[in-house]
Amino acid sequence: MSRYNFAYLDEQTKRMIRRAVLKAVAVPGYQVPFGSREMPLSYGWGTGGVQVTASVIGPTDVLKVIDQGADDTTNAVSIRKFFERTTGVATTTRTEAATLIQTRHRIPETPLRVGQIVVFQVPIPEPLRWLEPREAETRKMHALEEYGVMYVRLYEDITRHGRVAQTYEYPVIVDGRYLMRPSPIPKFDNPKLDRSPALMLFGAGREKRIYAVPPWTSVKSLDFDDHPFEIEHWDRPCALCGATSVFLDELIVDDKGGRLFICSDTDFCSRRRAASDPIPGR
Amino acid sequence: MYVAVKGGERAIDNAHRLLAEERRGDPAVAELSLAQIDQQLALAVDRVMTEGSLYDRALAALAVKQSRGDLIEAIFLLRAYRTTLPRLGVSLPLDTDAMVVGRRVSAIFKDVPGGQILGPTFDYTHRLLDFELAHLCAESPTGPMQAEEADAAAPVPRVMDLLDREGLIESEPPASEEAPVGDLTREPLTFPAARDVRLQNLARGDEGFLLAMGYATQRGYGRNHPFAGEIRQGEVAVTLAPEEVGFPIEVATITVTECQMVNQFKGSATAPAQFTRGYGLAFGQAERKAMAMALVDRALRGRELGEDPASPTQDEEFVLSHSDNVEASGFVQHLKLPHYVDFQSELVLVRDLRAAHGSTAPR
Repeated sequence: MSRYNFAYLDEQTKRMIRRAVLKAVAVPGYQVPFGSREMPLSYGWGTGGVQVTASVIGPTDVLKVIDQGADDTTNAVSIRKFFERTTGVATTTRTEAATLIQTRHRIPETPLRVGQIVVFQVPIPEPLRWLEPREAETRKMHALEEYGVMYVRLYEDITRHGRVAQTYEYPVIVDGRYLMRPSPIPKFDNPKLDRSPALMLFGAGREKRIYAVPPWTSVKSLDFDDHPFEIEHWDRPCALCGATSVFLDELIVDDKGGRLFICSDTDFCSRRRAASDPIPGR
Repeated sequence: MYVAVKGGERAIDNAHRLLAEERRGDPAVAELSLAQIDQQLALAVDRVMTEGSLYDRALAALAVKQSRGDLIEAIFLLRAYRTTLPRLGVSLPLDTDAMVVGRRVSAIFKDVPGGQILGPTFDYTHRLLDFELAHLCAESPTGPMQAEEADAAAPVPRVMDLLDREGLIESEPPASEEAPVGDLTREPLTFPAARDVRLQNLARGDEGFLLAMGYATQRGYGRNHPFAGEIRQGEVAVTLAPEEVGFPIEVATITVTECQMVNQFKGSATAPAQFTRGYGLAFGQAERKAMAMALVDRALRGRELGEDPASPTQDEEFVLSHSDNVEASGFVQHLKLPHYVDFQSELVLVRDLRAAHGSTAPR
C-alpha cells in the first residue's frame, strides 16, 4: 500500500473534506455539499463515512468500526481492514478505548465520552426526500425552515395507526434549527444524539453531503404534546448477557418459530458476559 | 449459537480467493492477455474508458480482465484508480474539426464537403453468427477491398458549421478558453447544472440508461425531433498550454466519437426560426452512447429554450442524479448488506400495531 497516501486520500482531498466538516460543525444539522471522491469500495457500503474517517484520522487514533452494532459483521471487518492497511493505526472493539468510531445503523450502548468522534455512514442525507424528491426544492425548504410537511406526515401516521410509524431514521431538529435525518439508526438511538459529549459526523458519499452534530448540541426527535416521542421496548432481556434497556437483535433459531433476542452491540454484550463469568471465554 | 454473524474476516478472505479462482476459470484454457482485450474487445475497452472517465487502454483492459467482463465493475475499478491521480493541468478544448476521421456520416445531406465515410461499422452487417470465427486461425487478415485514396490533408468541415453559416441553426459561440470548466469529480453536482457539468455527467453516464432516456424522447416523452446532423469518429490531438512554457504542446492523440444532433426549430415574433442542437462525445468508438447522449443533452436544454418539462428525460434532477452506474449499482446492491437493526425496529412496530389491532377489533 506504500503507493497510497496515509488513509488512502491525498492531502488536498482531505483538506477539502475537513473544510466541509468544519462548516458542518459550525452549522449543526446543515447538509454541506462536498466533492465526494470515488472510493475503492462500493457506493452504499459506506463511502461517505470512509471519506470522513480518512480525513480526520491521525496516526495516534484508535479506530472502532461497527455495522448493525457489531464489530464482526463483514462490512465492518472490511472497512476496519481498509484502515489497517492504509493507515496502520490501532483498532479496537472496545467502545471506550476508541477515539474514532465509524458506524453503520447504530450508536454503541456504552456511553460515549468527550474527545470521541463517531462517523455515521449515510445513504440518504435529506430528511425531506420522501416528501419532496427535488434537491432544488428541499434546499429551499431548509433555508426557509419550512418543515410543516414533516409534521403533517407524522400526524398522518397518528390518524392512521394511532402512533408515529417511523422506526428508523426518525427525523430530529438539531440545535433548534435544522431538520436532520440521523442516518438510518433506529429511533432507539435518537436520545443518544442529544447533548452527546462526542462529536457526531455524518458522511453521505454518493449524495455528496456531510453534516454534523457537535458535542453537547440539542437534538430533539419530532413529536407532539399529546404524542410524545417513544423508543422501542422489548419485553425480555438479552438472552446472552441479560441486559435490559438495550437494542436487541432477533435470531431465528429453528423452523418452528424459535427465537432468541440478543444485544445488537456485540462489544457491550461480550464484555458484560466476561465481567459476570468467572471462567472467561466459556 | 450466534455463528451466523461471526467469522466475517475469514469469510471475506475465502470469498476473495474463490473470486480469483473463478476469474481465472479452467487453468487448461489459455489466460487472456491485456493486449488481446485491448485489440479484440476494443469496444468494451472504449466503454470502460468513457464511463470510467480515464483514457488509458491498458488500464481499462486490465479492469475488464479483473472484473471478469462485468463492464460496470470494470468502470468502477478504473474510477477508483482515477480518483487517486493528481490533476496536472487542463487541456485546451479538443479541436474535433481537425480530427483525422475514420468514420463520418451525416443523415441530413446526401453529400457533404469531405464526403460520407462509412468506416468500420456494424450498421450494414447481417447479424448472422459467423461460425468461421469459432475456429482459431480461421481469420485471414482483411483490409478494405479497395482502399480509397485517403487524403488526410483534405479538410472535413463540420456539417453544423455549414448550417450555422446560413443562420439555420442556433449559433454556439465557444466559451472563453480561460473560463474554468466544471468538474463533477471534484465538486458536487448542484441544480440547476451548467451545460459543461451536464455534458460531463452524461459522458460518464451509463450507456444503457442514456439509451433508454434518449429512446423515450423519440417515442413521445419529451419529443425533440432529432436529426443526426453529423457523427464523426477518429483521432484528435490533446494539447496542453502550460503557463510556465507559454506555448501549446501536443501531449497525446486520442480516439473519440462525436455526435451533433439537429433538433426542432424554434422561432418567435422577434426571432426567425432556427434549429437547435444536442451534443454527444465519448472516448473510442461509441456511437450508440454519443447519439443517446446528444438526445438527452437536447432534452435537458428545455429550461433554457422555454419548453415545459413534461417527461423524465427533460427533468434535470431525474436524469443527472441517476445516470451514474457506479453510484446506482452500489446503492441498489447495498440492499444485500445487513439491515437487521432497522428491520428489527420495523418488526417491533408491526407486532405492536398488530397486537393493538387485535385487542380493539377481534379477529
